[in-house]
Amino acid sequence: MIIEGMTVRFGTFTAVDDVTLEVPPGSIVGLVGESGSGKSTVAKAVCGLVPYTGRVEGLDPRRIQMVFQDPYASLNPRMTVGASVAEGLSVPKARRAAEIERLLSLVSLPTGLAGRYPRELSGGQRQRVAIARALGAEPSLLVADEITSALDVSVQGAVLNLIRSLRAELNLSMLFISHNLAVVRYVSDVVAVMRKGRLVEVGPAEEVVGSPKHDYTRELLEAVPRLGG
Amino acid sequence: MRHLLRTPSGVIGLALVAVTLVIAAVGPAIWGQEAETVNAAAALQGSSAEHPLGTDHLGRDILARVLAGGQFTVALAFLATAIGAGLGTLLGVLPAVLPRRAGRLVTGAVNALVAFPALLLAMFTAVISGLGAKGAVLGIGIAFAPSIARLTQTLSASVASADYVAAARLLRVPRWRIATRHVLPNIGEPIILNLTAALGSSLVAMSGMSFLGLGVQPPSYDWGRLLFDGFSRIYVDPMVAIGPAIAIVAAGIGFNLLGEALARSVARAPVGGKQAVGKGAAMPSSGEEPVEGAVLSVKDLTVTFPDGVTPVRGLSLTIMPGEIVGLVGESGSGKSMTANAVGGLVAYPGVVTAGHMSLCGEELSTLSEAKRRKLLGTSMAMVFQDPMASLNPALKVGGQLAEVSLVHQGAKRPAAWARAIDRLRQVHIPDPEKRARQHPHEFSGGMRQRAVIAMGLMGTPRLLIADEPTTALDVTVQRQILKLLREVSAEAGAGALFISHDIAVVSELCDRVVVMYAGRVVEELPVADLVDGASHPYTKALLASLPDMETDRDKPLASIPGHQPSPADVGEGCAFASRCALATDRCVERPPLTRYDAAHAVACWHAETRKAEVAIG
Repeated sequence: MIIEGMTVRFGTFTAVDDVTLEVPPGSIVGLVGESGSGKSTVAKAVCGLVPYTGRVEGLDPRRIQMVFQDPYASLNPRMTVGASVAEGLSVPKARRAAEIERLLSLVSLPTGLAGRYPRELSGGQRQRVAIARALGAEPSLLVADEITSALDVSVQGAVLNLIRSLRAELNLSMLFISHNLAVVRYVSDVVAVMRKGRLVEVGPAEEVVGSPKHDYTRELLEAVPRLGG
Repeated sequence: MRHLLRTPSGVIGLALVAVTLVIAAVGPAIWGQEAETVNAAAALQGSSAEHPLGTDHLGRDILARVLAGGQFTVALAFLATAIGAGLGTLLGVLPAVLPRRAGRLVTGAVNALVAFPALLLAMFTAVISGLGAKGAVLGIGIAFAPSIARLTQTLSASVASADYVAAARLLRVPRWRIATRHVLPNIGEPIILNLTAALGSSLVAMSGMSFLGLGVQPPSYDWGRLLFDGFSRIYVDPMVAIGPAIAIVAAGIGFNLLGEALARSVARAPVGGKQAVGKGAAMPSSGEEPVEGAVLSVKDLTVTFPDGVTPVRGLSLTIMPGEIVGLVGESGSGKSMTANAVGGLVAYPGVVTAGHMSLCGEELSTLSEAKRRKLLGTSMAMVFQDPMASLNPALKVGGQLAEVSLVHQGAKRPAAWARAIDRLRQVHIPDPEKRARQHPHEFSGGMRQRAVIAMGLMGTPRLLIADEPTTALDVTVQRQILKLLREVSAEAGAGALFISHDIAVVSELCDRVVVMYAGRVVEELPVADLVDGASHPYTKALLASLPDMETDRDKPLASIPGHQPSPADVGEGCAFASRCALATDRCVERPPLTRYDAAHAVACWHAETRKAEVAIG
């Protein structure tokens, strides 16, 4: 999948300015930037949730799915976990229950959760349900917008592990958006740094983190809090 | 239901509606016969013992007719409301389902109709569709539809922007399915509440139509018709008109009160976290003496809410001048509640108890309310995650800062303003004279947080409490704020309690780390020892699960299975045992916080013991 010359304007404000970014099949591209950098707008535009100019090529737009930041707002509180996961399924009714079970175990959730409501689940569990729901539509690209920033640290690790194992198992392409450079570095093959609507640096993860070329990338790296001061 | 009966208006509403519905249910069966009995000899009588509300021109008892006519009246009101609700909900949901342009057309039409007087619309419809009950019901139903449509539209617009609707759209769920599965179920509650009040209005409106002769026609009768019949005699026999009028008014008010009370009780049901400021509760002073020279010394702090919710369980904490103590824990561990308890911000019905809780050597529980407020107001500064929670968006930043001096220090206005500008300069806000005259919305997030810190510095703070002050900020801004906090605490020689879920941030800023889990302190150690010296399995797991710039990308991150027990159901034993790899039978008994040396304490049976155990607590 390739994004070519994407520009998003809200009135006179240019949120995304001529962004070109490739997500090779089966790889995770991390998009990192501070608030207002336009990274979430790129996510929404790729999914067709905001209008943009430019092109998104190399995949069926109907096969893009998104996982949202806030697992408390992304599940309908009046629908059971099973019903939510079933929304994207296109299998016959008879096989639906089995498919829900398969998806829940894919994201390491007990299949017994299918009958529960979101309020009975923890934040980490909800985020897994949202991921299972997206996977049910068999996406060729998964857009993950700050999916761990609303989670506790101890849960974040498990969700990141899940993302990596899903890529290995399903050969999933992913656009992984986060403000947390350490998280992006951990899951991504390619890291793209965004600032004020523009990409300032794109490259293999270890390279961008190990020997940053752009001043802003360096500034971001220095600001990452480190254990032990 | 319990909430409903707590307010007088709820009780009155419920009683009036109950009486109305009972009359409607049994009225015709009991009084129907009497209401139809013609007695020419007793025609046009006034109020008497036999006929309390008098009789009509055929000698029929009006009280019986009012009681028997209730059913028809209420039925017509229900019918009219049902028509209005059905039509209104349909019109309201249509814009979410239709293509954009058609949707706008519907919205515009509804907006125009809302502006049109409802009763006029009802009369217009009734006249066109023919006089009589049918026309009136239809008219009122149609007249009510626009306002219900408007309500539905507003509510569904807020649901339509929810993430789960965006997710459904990405999953190519058909529009009508989004409307029926996602939108309607989530707006049903407020609409139903509104319909209860609408029932009252439509009962009154229906009676109005009948009273005007546009509604129920003889020989049928409802309350409005009875009022119409009696009205010509109001100067002679007032009771014949007042009887039906009272019935209409009572039922109308009843439904309206009930609707409002229902809406209130629903609005109250989901109780948010922190809210109003209130004095927690009595804090019995029975613990050992506060630590000498400490800015904050707390012993056995416990915060409880009704239903057994206990977010903080016997926490002890000491902060020395110039020391920055980090309080780390996951959401629900009780760290923010600890800060609120110290600041006297635990909302009713929370109860705060402590062995002792002293700020700058003064025991807070023994101070009078006024003295306590003054001490907290001048010696303690609090910074929260959202700076807008501490800033009034309508007032200039400088004025808000100056107010601290005006209120707590009795300073004159120019002096207070000068101090405000000085403090803004101290937190490195460029051009403080100009910035002081601006409103909070003209500040960036980082600048606002600086302004809040400056507000805390208006007094002479001995203790600075910062609750996730950088969580909403970008990493580059976060670094600046952390630097500022360190600077401020060093300059003022103040102690600081820094609360965060991010152990890496805490390790950058603090001298000492206190780790909380399920309301209790599980480990306390100097930051320098954090990486190599942590001994509680939870602290270790937290450290291991955090990816940093050196984490091996080929290995899975450490993660902790299960989740933290909620503040309501923390068991007797070690709260972490169910998630702990080291847990044994011994962990059913809660390990005490055991001090290994002056700075390191752990609450775990299995922590490596390298130094002699000295039990505290």
